[in-house]
Amino acid sequence: MIMEEIVQHLTPLLDEVTGYIFPNEIELHWGLLVVIYPYLTGLVAGAFILASLVKVFNVKELQPTYRLSLLTALAFIIIAPLPLLAHLGHPEKSFEIFLTPNVNSAMAMFGFVYAWYLMAVLLLELWFDFRKDLILMANESRGIKKWFYKTLSLFSKDISDKAVAFDHKAVRVITIIGIPSAFLLHGYVGFLFGSIKANPWWSSVLIPIVFLFSAIVSGVALVILLYMIITPLRNKIVDMICLDKLASYLFYIMIVDFSLEILDFIHRVYESEESIKILASLVQNRLFSSLVIMQVLIGMIIPLFTIAGVKTFKVPADLRKLLYFISAILVQVGIFSTRWNVVIGGQLFSKSFMGLTTYKMTFFGLEGLLVSIALLIMPFIILWMLIKILKPWRAEDAAVAAHSASQ
Amino acid sequence: MKNLITSKRRDVLKTMAGLAAGVLFPKFLTAEQESVKPMDWADESINYNPHEHTWGMGVDIDKCIGCGRCSNACKIENDVPKEPFFFRTWVERYQVKENGETIIDCPNGAIDGFEKHPESEDVLRSFFVPKLCNHCEKPPCVQVCPVGATFQSADGVVLVDAEYCLGCRYCIQACPYGARFLHPVTKTAEKCTFCYHRIVRGEEPACVEACPTEARIFGELDQKASPLHRFKRMNHIGVLKPALNTEPKVFYAHLDMEVK
Repeated sequence: MIMEEIVQHLTPLLDEVTGYIFPNEIELHWGLLVVIYPYLTGLVAGAFILASLVKVFNVKELQPTYRLSLLTALAFIIIAPLPLLAHLGHPEKSFEIFLTPNVNSAMAMFGFVYAWYLMAVLLLELWFDFRKDLILMANESRGIKKWFYKTLSLFSKDISDKAVAFDHKAVRVITIIGIPSAFLLHGYVGFLFGSIKANPWWSSVLIPIVFLFSAIVSGVALVILLYMIITPLRNKIVDMICLDKLASYLFYIMIVDFSLEILDFIHRVYESEESIKILASLVQNRLFSSLVIMQVLIGMIIPLFTIAGVKTFKVPADLRKLLYFISAILVQVGIFSTRWNVVIGGQLFSKSFMGLTTYKMTFFGLEGLLVSIALLIMPFIILWMLIKILKPWRAEDAAVAAHSASQ
Repeated sequence: MKNLITSKRRDVLKTMAGLAAGVLFPKFLTAEQESVKPMDWADESINYNPHEHTWGMGVDIDKCIGCGRCSNACKIENDVPKEPFFFRTWVERYQVKENGETIIDCPNGAIDGFEKHPESEDVLRSFFVPKLCNHCEKPPCVQVCPVGATFQSADGVVLVDAEYCLGCRYCIQACPYGARFLHPVTKTAEKCTFCYHRIVRGEEPACVEACPTEARIFGELDQKASPLHRFKRMNHIGVLKPALNTEPKVFYAHLDMEVK
């Protein structure tokens, strides 16, 4: 039965092959799920770096998005390992990666990098940042809810100025540790690909760095989108100073990211190694729409020029918001295409360098489109739940209420 | 008498500690049992010490006639799925044309041999190249396996422990030779084992035995009396993708620059 399905899936692909590929290469091994994994971890790292700008670099303008960025990072990191787990032939054996890791394997480090980032950085920072709020919410609630918040605050009670000052200090220290950790988290994902010498499309020392900057780009763009959607839903007005600052950061990091990508491109063309013919053919034939159109034109050049235009000319606030919003969406499309072009693109040419193959996505099944869409929606549901539970704007809302009452 | 009691007590303590460890860490206990037990495919009467061997293969390209008996024998011997997407070994045909263009093909791994290629006109030279896992001295697949399911045996043969394999397919990505695939039913990585179940009994791999022209030579790399040693002495030898520094242990005689 399984065999019939596989034969049915693979046989039509035989006709799609151009040139010569090794007979075992007709089946493409890392599909849509493995595209989603670096996309999700990139958003985590990017959102966290954005949050760290507030705490470590004291960018006060971004304060309104600080907690949102942290919660976004948490919501996405919870889902990030699921696509990996789902793509394994034997997910039930995945714990072996902790019990008997091969220390020479980059992939074996995944569990440790992930656990470190989730436990030692994100959860700890969130706990210190929300500790006072959790205690206050526990005091204000009754019954199960009280105990729920008490448990979340790990039964701490001290909200004296001294204790809160310590919280702030702790958050700062964790963020300082968190920045290299976020770099590690996503740079590591890049290394998984960049260290495969058999694959000239992946094997590049620049890949981890390109991954990192594209991660920051996608994370900032995501927080822009979330901030612009959530703020009106809370009946609040979007802080234009904050939004302009976010767009500025997005713009500058995109320039770095784009420069790195161009450097990678020029370097490959200039060195013109053995693989250049097949890679050129790959880009011109199989990846033209996803790389040239989606990644570079729609995902990079158009938003770059849009934001540059906004910065150059005096654009009214409403139009500015619209342009930022559209740019942020285009950037998401672009970064998703980047992940696609790396993961899928790297498997569309034969290691014989003599031919190209194709990828046929399925709709149903664990590796199909449906599951992937679900995996992309789940972080938003988790984020919604986190916002409901942790009420990140509680203090801010209370201050506004007190202010209007006094008037 | 006193000593006897203490030693007995010690035994009891040992057993209890062992049981507790077994309950707490069942995996470690079973792992220990597995290491004493002979491997599944080797029957206990076989007296094979992997430390006494270093296996390799020689392929004489000039002798290969592209009959595909090797691919076929491999599929039968190793129960490789018959579908044309899964191969432990296969044969490629190269046709270099007058204009420098090279046509490469490998219909169904060459199991049914080759037919005349529609574009094979003005052919300058033509030859067949059997391919298989190179059992690299520095195997990239072993390096990347997150759980050590793919490993290099003491005799240099690269094997997969299907019981450990997660099916993450990182090894398939890391192999520069396309020598690996994921078994569609077991969902674990598969590859040529040099017919390990045969070589431990002193037999040759199935592909070597099936070859009518003796294009494949299997043997010891470190023993001067071995036919493989003689093969390496008598021929100009090349390996696939030497620049990748994987140090293959499949050696080709008369290897053409067209072969990747």
